[in-house]
Amino acid sequence: MSAADLLYSEAEDDLRAAVRSLLTDRCPPATVMSEAESGRAYDVALWHALGAEMGTAGLLVPDKLGGQGATAREAAVVMEELGRAVAPVPYLTSAVLAAAALLGCDTGQEAVARLLGALAEGRTVGALAVPLSTMAVVPGDGTGAPAATVRADGDGALSGQVSGVAGAAGADVLLVPATGADGYGLYAVETAETSVTVEPLTSLDLTRPLAAVTLTGAPARRLAGPDRAEAAIGRALLTGAGLLASEQLGVAEWCLTETVRHTKERHQFGRPIGSFQALKHRMAALWLELVSARATARYAADALATDSPDTPVAVAVAQAHCAEVAVHAAEECVQLHGGIGMTWEHPAHLYLKRAKSDEIALGTPGRHRQALAGLVDLPAPTG
Amino acid sequence: MSTTRHRPAVDADELRRRVRELLDAHPPATTDRLDFLRARFDAGLAWVHYPAGLGGLDAPRSLQAVVDAELEAAGAPDNDPRRIGIGLGMAAPTILGFGTDEQRQRLLRPLWTGEEVWCQLFSEPGAGSDLAALATRAVRDGDDWVVDGQKVWTSSAHLARWAILIARTDPDQPKHRGISYFVCDMTDPGVEVRPLRQITGEAEFNEVFLTGVRIPDSRRLGEIGEGWRVAQTTLMNERVAIGGGRVPREGGMIGLVADTWRERPELRTHDLHQRLLRLWVESEAARLAGERLRQQLAVGQPGPEGSAMKLAFARLNQHISALEVELLGEEGLLYDDWTPRRPELVDFTGREAGYRYLRAKGNSIEGGTSEVLLNIIAERVLGLPPEPRTDKDVPWKDLPR
Repeated sequence: MSAADLLYSEAEDDLRAAVRSLLTDRCPPATVMSEAESGRAYDVALWHALGAEMGTAGLLVPDKLGGQGATAREAAVVMEELGRAVAPVPYLTSAVLAAAALLGCDTGQEAVARLLGALAEGRTVGALAVPLSTMAVVPGDGTGAPAATVRADGDGALSGQVSGVAGAAGADVLLVPATGADGYGLYAVETAETSVTVEPLTSLDLTRPLAAVTLTGAPARRLAGPDRAEAAIGRALLTGAGLLASEQLGVAEWCLTETVRHTKERHQFGRPIGSFQALKHRMAALWLELVSARATARYAADALATDSPDTPVAVAVAQAHCAEVAVHAAEECVQLHGGIGMTWEHPAHLYLKRAKSDEIALGTPGRHRQALAGLVDLPAPTG
Repeated sequence: MSTTRHRPAVDADELRRRVRELLDAHPPATTDRLDFLRARFDAGLAWVHYPAGLGGLDAPRSLQAVVDAELEAAGAPDNDPRRIGIGLGMAAPTILGFGTDEQRQRLLRPLWTGEEVWCQLFSEPGAGSDLAALATRAVRDGDDWVVDGQKVWTSSAHLARWAILIARTDPDQPKHRGISYFVCDMTDPGVEVRPLRQITGEAEFNEVFLTGVRIPDSRRLGEIGEGWRVAQTTLMNERVAIGGGRVPREGGMIGLVADTWRERPELRTHDLHQRLLRLWVESEAARLAGERLRQQLAVGQPGPEGSAMKLAFARLNQHISALEVELLGEEGLLYDDWTPRRPELVDFTGREAGYRYLRAKGNSIEGGTSEVLLNIIAERVLGLPPEPRTDKDVPWKDLPR
């Protein structure tokens, strides 16, 4: 664990530059706003350019399965940039959560490989049908995955409801954890089926809308049975949580950069407000938080990439830390922008909403700290 | 076979070869400690990134770890770096950067071996955060400077052979411009060192009174009036020194309280548990940030994160030690020892929680207060505009005091 590389490689820097340049052109705040108000599930043209043309959709997928054969380190860099832009694209939900769940299934199975290839090429958008607030359960502490709210009948048709699923609206395929006669499994369901209802919910985060999924005897294909479904879903949630830390880092970075820019330009009392110590110290404190957030996010990404035994600790630390840093940065961004920060017109609220949703997504900081209590042997008082 | 006349690059293998040579010629088991350290210095293995002839080999700084590991494995003595931190971390880089050849030759070797301890005469009762306001005067008298004034918060002054000193040489200049930088001989009869007892009960620091101290002009570092710029080098290195060093998980103060938590289940409460987990996460985050900084330095991209580390550890040490005293409950009401003592180094682990709690209060004051460091980050890293100043362009002698 001491050998973890916490820096960015040259290739990672290049990838960042490419993603940032695309997002600067195609995803400025005004576009994010109009996209959020459009009622569309995500920005289809942007996702095509980013996921399919640039190939980021397949970063986690091995070459031989049609992906880019990269690792969580590269995916983390993409997540940082997407966080900076609060980009409305299904990267986390399709390229990370759905792809990681499939990678935990038997990729020798034709159905799994075909779906992975389609996700990796950005031809198909997938989503893991669990509430966004779901946290991976640490192995040894219970099961690796949350209890299923969906039942599979004898024919493999699924019925049940899953609430608060990110990326379900706009997805072509849902990966649904369900319990059948022989136990827990992971099933693929096409959203085009009439027995599948994806009802968009009015979500706090305008840029990553949630939906309620209702299945009424939906035809499904089982991708993993009791032997590996739990581990696959658990690993997907762990990967998602670890990479979400990088998104949170990106969100925080944008908030600090914009706040610094604004307070340098905004004059009150005859001087830039950024020259007042009361404000300066708050921005410097945020910068400090970013320094450590970056270290924890990089450590989590590297642990996932190298399949380190320390991954559960790395992810829990990164989530417990980065989630709060992002929220703090977004809250400071609103406050230090003064009145303009409170308007619908200024993009600060998009970041605040993303940061606050991300804090709950894939486990709150408190739940990750609770997981650490078990992982690093700091037990709670008994009684 | 090679026909080029380039000096071979010093790489890790070459360093290992030189370490073996040193060990063969001076087996640690049978060599006097000081003789070994001197030989190590002369072999260029003291600080490999220093120039050849001054204890180094012009090698990359990152390769020092190779030498240190080899020597440690061979059971060789080290120079007890914690005891001579000011010399190694502050005086040496300044002497290297601004000293004459003669000064470097005379001063660096005994500094590194620890034969000559160094201290720092910077802060004054009237010049703390605003160090450039310092009032200690140095007046030219023939080939000497005559120094009068009072310095404070000087650790190791009672052990030191030399001090790095900044003093005002031109009061008619604005405060930053009339300062010069000297090497002061602490054995000069005009130097009086008095212990300064602090809230822990011990006297780790000193007040130093300078009365008619004569310093030859040959012990000036840098040009006359350039002392502030020279001091910036010193202070920059202080923050790197405070922030550096590799730490294992739970290697810092959090490890002590985590152990108590594990060993003493009867002390646990839910409130303390939540706070402990928070601090554990923050400690691990700070540790990883320190590790990341170390990796950046190793590939030659030093960032401004050094001051971030100092700030983070100051805050963490204070919060963790406060939690520890509270965790101990009834025992936390006691203190191990108020006897005035003069420790040679700060040892957070060698004493009890109450000491740690009190001593950690200094972490956000010494080496630049946390408030000043936040200003530095805001202005130098984030590029925020400075506060309006009324003291920068006025002659020092005309400033209100």
